[in-house]
Amino acid sequence: MEWIYLLSGLFLGWSLGANDAANIFGTAVGSRMVTFRTAALVSTLFVILGAVISGGGTTETLGQLGAVNALAGSFTVALTAGLSVAIMTNMKLPVSTSQAVVGAILGWNFFTGSPTDYGKLLEIVGTWFFSPVLAGAFAVGLYLLAKRWLGNARIHMLQMDAWTRLGLIVVGAFGAYSLGANNIANVMGMFVFAAPFDTITVYGFFDFSGTQQLFLLGSAAIGVGVFTYSYRVMTTVGNDIFRLTPMLALIVVLAKSLVLFVFASQGLERILLSLGLPALPLVPVSSSQAIIGAIIGVAMVKSRSNINFAVVGRIATGWVITPVIAAAMCYVALFFAQNVFEQQVVDRSAQTASGLPATPLQTEVVPFKNTVQLKPVDCDLAGPLILETAAPAVLYPSIH
Amino acid sequence: MIQLFGSHKQIEAEIDEFLDQIIGGGLLFKKGIKFYLDGREEEFEQRLNELILLEKRADDLRRDIETKLYTKTLIPEFRGDVLGLLEHSDAVLNQIADTLLEFSVERPETLDDLRDLKHELAKNAIKASEFMVKAIRCYFRDLSAVRDNIKQVHFSREETNRLSEKYKREIFGRGELRLSHKMHLRYFARSIENIADDAEDLCDRLAIAAIKRYI
Repeated sequence: MEWIYLLSGLFLGWSLGANDAANIFGTAVGSRMVTFRTAALVSTLFVILGAVISGGGTTETLGQLGAVNALAGSFTVALTAGLSVAIMTNMKLPVSTSQAVVGAILGWNFFTGSPTDYGKLLEIVGTWFFSPVLAGAFAVGLYLLAKRWLGNARIHMLQMDAWTRLGLIVVGAFGAYSLGANNIANVMGMFVFAAPFDTITVYGFFDFSGTQQLFLLGSAAIGVGVFTYSYRVMTTVGNDIFRLTPMLALIVVLAKSLVLFVFASQGLERILLSLGLPALPLVPVSSSQAIIGAIIGVAMVKSRSNINFAVVGRIATGWVITPVIAAAMCYVALFFAQNVFEQQVVDRSAQTASGLPATPLQTEVVPFKNTVQLKPVDCDLAGPLILETAAPAVLYPSIH
Repeated sequence: MIQLFGSHKQIEAEIDEFLDQIIGGGLLFKKGIKFYLDGREEEFEQRLNELILLEKRADDLRRDIETKLYTKTLIPEFRGDVLGLLEHSDAVLNQIADTLLEFSVERPETLDDLRDLKHELAKNAIKASEFMVKAIRCYFRDLSAVRDNIKQVHFSREETNRLSEKYKREIFGRGELRLSHKMHLRYFARSIENIADDAEDLCDRLAIAAIKRYI
């Protein structure tokens, strides 16, 4: 039965692949530097690697926004988010899967009366504005560097063509890895608490956790989306907004990939924190927004008269209505799931007395207000107890 | 990937060889005209034959480059421009070869007192084609130098036109020549002048192509 519920997550993965692969290779395929077949193959491979190796960071943040804690609820949230993205993809718009998922989770929160962590919501929505701006800034910086370097390098046009092709594939692979790491939370994050897989130890060397297996499944669905339906959106991103030369395409994809990477890298977060610097939140940002930000950044520096603002406006409108549509669709779908199909869309018992959802994701690390020393001998509880201590919280099943 | 870089390198070498043919054609033309004006027929015909062979080799190279660029989908963004440049520069070489061939076929009379002027006219026309080749090479490797070479082409073309006009005025100012004779000589001046004009037309196209290449 759990497998059937996972189908909506796989559908969402398909939608993400169909839509977001365009952000990685759209410019390369649009400018005919990389064939669609190569693009699809590299995307799929590296999305899987990114999701399985580095997909955990952003999942936690999404779980804190609203922990969908019943399989039927997860199914509905993923299904409506996927439908929202699929509708937009059909309209050839590079919409944000992140926004669709966040909208659907909010729809679940509203329907079930679960509290929304508005601080976390603000953090996520903040990245919707910050990520395109950051991508634009990265793109402008890279553009100016490339312009300066290429002016002096005197590389033959044909050699430049070969290097650009290689660069597009390498940067595309990096972009796909970042997409898998950053966006797998959108696809499978809401199923993590109920992952139907056990940890597998491979030859005694490393463990392949249930979550990683879930992410592998989700990223495989992304791959199917890339192969079956991403070509249409690739041409929109690659050609319609601003005519990109292959070199500009390389710059734009690199800028976008860097943005996704900085919002997904736990390693970078640790480095920044160890240097006493503020770390960027590990949030599943929109690769669509990042790529559009990068394209507009380059276009502004190069020749702003060539920007197709009508297309940009159409895309931006899609960004605004996507979370709204996803939330509304999710709300209505949950109503049907609960009242018509009589499915449990929320597990009230899994929520704490304070109203905050208590999923395994959150109970691993939870912010605490007070430092209280509790002695196990003082307790006589049958149910789970969350210790409010300064140290990372531990979930005790029962203490006598 | 090694194959990708290898095929790029091969076409790069072919483009260079194709441009070498234009330079070589210009040198043969200059020598050929000199021998014709000096009455050294055998040497003139030898140069003409070399030029015809060279032009055929250039045609083959151009076709091969064009086919490879399309079949391997290389430089997709600039392919149209490159093909246009190659075809136009091939037309310049054709004009050089055709002009020398016309000398061989029609045997225009040489006027001894205008020999230096005619030789100067040919040298300037070829100079325009040589700067044109330099500009094309720069288009592939060093965009910042394209403009300088295009300027040189413009200058050589103007100089050619000036010399051609002077030559034609000299001819048509002479009462002892028949009109048909004057028109025949004018035709050859015009033919030489066309080499520089074609080189300039190509450079107009090249200037636009170079702007498109700036990132």
